[in-house]
Amino acid sequence: MANTYNLISSVTVGSGGASSMEFTNIPQTYTDLLLKVTGRTNKGDLYNDLSIRFNGSSSDFSTLGFVSTGSGKATYTTTSPYVGSINDTGGSGGSNIFSSNDIYIFNYRGSNFKSVSADSAVERNNTGNDEKGLYSTLWSQNTAITTITLVSVGYTLLQYSTACLYGISNA
Amino acid sequence: MATTYEKVQSTTLNSTQSTVSFTSISGAYTDLVLVLNPIANTAADSYPYIRFNSDSNTNYSRTFYRGTGTVTSADRAVNEDRGYLIGGNVVQTNNAFNGIVNINNYSNTTTFKSYSSRTNSPTGTNASAEGLVGMWRSTSAITNITIYCGSNSFVSGSTFTLYGILKA
Repeated sequence: MANTYNLISSVTVGSGGASSMEFTNIPQTYTDLLLKVTGRTNKGDLYNDLSIRFNGSSSDFSTLGFVSTGSGKATYTTTSPYVGSINDTGGSGGSNIFSSNDIYIFNYRGSNFKSVSADSAVERNNTGNDEKGLYSTLWSQNTAITTITLVSVGYTLLQYSTACLYGISNA
Repeated sequence: MATTYEKVQSTTLNSTQSTVSFTSISGAYTDLVLVLNPIANTAADSYPYIRFNSDSNTNYSRTFYRGTGTVTSADRAVNEDRGYLIGGNVVQTNNAFNGIVNINNYSNTTTFKSYSSRTNSPTGTNASAEGLVGMWRSTSAITNITIYCGSNSFVSGSTFTLYGILKA
């Protein structure tokens, strides 16, 4: 029986934090990739954008976001490579609270543009401070993805932030 | 380690087709996941939908929410003759559209079947990010899934994969 859903690699941010979480030399043997992320930054706010870079590039992205705070909702488009929101230190609830992000990358080694579906959740058991988001992202490049970098631009990812990269195969 | 997530069937088109079908689906799994990254021959009216077991009677309903980049909305529809995967999104003429559909407990013969769908297209006609829940009012086990490109066709390079999830 083929093994179709494999952990490729995982990253956990250590003490002192990190500017990014990165996966390099991604095997070109799967069909799709799935990133599962829990994160928190040092920004003194409620939540911040989680951005992705493919092969070191933050260009040629189109993102459409749809977010709900529970009491409100919003939708927007941007050329920034957003794939979700990530917790910050400014919200209530304490330092144990991290975001939950699922980022699915379709046909990552194909010759077409790269299509991404992402869901994110920032939940603090608080009224008005939380956010659930759906993200649709397209990277208009035909090259295979060999490196993925996750950043929260301008801020540090705090200790215990994690990212797991899974490979999913249809073979 | 037990393998709990495996391919059931997969199709990458090398020609234009109006439908893609997964047939004779085994009842050996607990849940199904349909992953699609299709391309349409034209975007207008390419509203993707599925039918289970070739049922074209008015046994389908859906509730969805969506953001288009400028407008947020939520709505529902009942007694439809197809199981739409979307609220208003369409399959684009590039591969910008994608979808992941979870079909839980698909093989039981006691309950109606529900599915949840996440579809996206950040650019192009009717671009949006959407979440949807759908129901097929049948107690039959799902053994056949046919995917349609609205009133149009899927073209070469479109990919469709059905995965099975095992609880054991």
